[in-house]
Amino acid sequence: MPAAVTTKQKSAWAIANVVAILYALFPVWWIVALSFKRTTDFTDRSFVPKAWTLDNYRTVFKTSEFTRALINSIGIALIATLLAVVLGTMAAYAVARLRFPGKSLLIGISLLIAMFPPISLVSPLFGIERSLHLFDTWPGLIIPYLTFSLPLAIYTLSAFFREIPWDLEKAAKIDGATPYQAFRQVIVPLAAPGVVTTAILVFIFCWNDFLFAISLTSTTNSRTVPAALAFFTGSSQFEDPTGSISAAAVVITVPIIVFVLFFQRRIVAGLTSGAVKG
Amino acid sequence: MSQAVEAPVATETPVRPKKAPLSEGARAERRLGWLLCAPAVIVMVAVTAYPVIYAIYLSLRRYDLRFPSQSKFVGLANYGAVLSSTFWWKAFLTTLIITVVSVLIELVLGILLALLMHRTVFGKGAVRTALLIPYGIVTVAASFSWYYAWNSSTGYLAALLPTGSAPLTNKWESIFIIIGAEVWKTTPFMALLLLAGLALVPDELLNAARVDGATAWQRFARVMLPLMKPAILVALLFRTLDAFRIFDNIYVLTKGANDTRSVSILGYDNLFGALNLGIGSAVSVLIFLCVTIIAALFIKGFGTAAPGSDTDGRR
Repeated sequence: MPAAVTTKQKSAWAIANVVAILYALFPVWWIVALSFKRTTDFTDRSFVPKAWTLDNYRTVFKTSEFTRALINSIGIALIATLLAVVLGTMAAYAVARLRFPGKSLLIGISLLIAMFPPISLVSPLFGIERSLHLFDTWPGLIIPYLTFSLPLAIYTLSAFFREIPWDLEKAAKIDGATPYQAFRQVIVPLAAPGVVTTAILVFIFCWNDFLFAISLTSTTNSRTVPAALAFFTGSSQFEDPTGSISAAAVVITVPIIVFVLFFQRRIVAGLTSGAVKG
Repeated sequence: MSQAVEAPVATETPVRPKKAPLSEGARAERRLGWLLCAPAVIVMVAVTAYPVIYAIYLSLRRYDLRFPSQSKFVGLANYGAVLSSTFWWKAFLTTLIITVVSVLIELVLGILLALLMHRTVFGKGAVRTALLIPYGIVTVAASFSWYYAWNSSTGYLAALLPTGSAPLTNKWESIFIIIGAEVWKTTPFMALLLLAGLALVPDELLNAARVDGATAWQRFARVMLPLMKPAILVALLFRTLDAFRIFDNIYVLTKGANDTRSVSILGYDNLFGALNLGIGSAVSVLIFLCVTIIAALFIKGFGTAAPGSDTDGRR
């Protein structure tokens, strides 16, 4: 931006910033507020708890069911993300840059899978995974997550790759680099911002999934947080599930916030400066 | 997807491409292309091909888990049953309304938020971090926040309404709430993808336009938007397809009561509620067809900027 930013403009941006932050946070604040309310205060309908208590958190952490689900969620989502980003980057590079027969077939397959309603894959996958002994295991969820996040990874990454200054790659090839060396040493650093963004999209996708988590798991072996959360609703061991649900919802939001804070730096540095200046 | 498989060498030669000798570089390029795509293709095909075929097969059978012995091939009868029921058409209309309204709101809000994140002078980090939270939060967790907010006995939002109103028990109020929850949750997704597109707009171009006397609106509409087209396409395509399959929010907020069923909820109810795999799979295949039509319209509308068309992929 040029130096001509006036005080008036500054305050306009500041107000817009505050509005955006409030927009993003007020439903989150609400579930936090609810989680700190006493059981007797749930029906007071106030936005701020009258008295703060940790009772709901004690209740939710008393069951190992929830803590196990947290570990399952983190492990499954991280492994699926890593795999999807590696395979997606390779394929997206080929789609964006290389000439080879069968490219439109790859695009077609990805599109089909991106479009296919997960719900219709749930019942056949249920049967298949049981016969392969993958039902209710980590790989049993990692495999469908990987499959469904690959199209997202490939599209997002190839959109990025199309905008990268490819002359640099040409220059590397003129200097005698093989296509692989051009890929590894020139393109990968340029593509890093896109890869980071993609990794975030994929992780969130896996972390979020509800339908597969609830259909392809049956025990704490592999049940992830969203599925565990939904089970609080019908559980008879909590008289009123409101407190447990809100506390559990806050707890499972914490890893997301940590993740976001950790990668936010990369996104700011990567996306705003652009690949050329990097 | 309109382009044919490319000839590996100079296209002006009338000789069949396969007979034309490949240069060393072109051969290496082909090999690398296949090599790089192979793992992704193998995973995607292996995990979906059989279940997809199985889902289509199921949709052609009478298959009620309560009466497995009566299972038999019935042709398109399940489709006939679904398409002639008001449940399907009500769910279809509800889904369509939710999809169109929420994606339009998301696009406008998403562009605004992307511009804010891209251009704001200070507090950038705080805005980005804050916006990443609704995007990252588990849908089910956020849905519960909205559920308790609008619930007439616990909710601060319900408290703002006239006494005695219970918004989650009425059709249109519920749909309004579902759209609100959907927009809140997914606008940052849109904004993040659009921001990625914005980051690729060179400052030099914008400054040049400014020097030439372009207004802020002209710089936005004439310089930024065209350069952002690939990012906008990806964002719109994924959000529309995703919104059409809306499940989690409705599941938590209304469970599909009061005619707020989406097509996915309808399919789920048939699969796991009524245990009718035949009808449920037919609904799933119909959802897939709807989604195919939406995607085809997108790709046609956006022409060569569509992901996968490589007419501008290399120079």
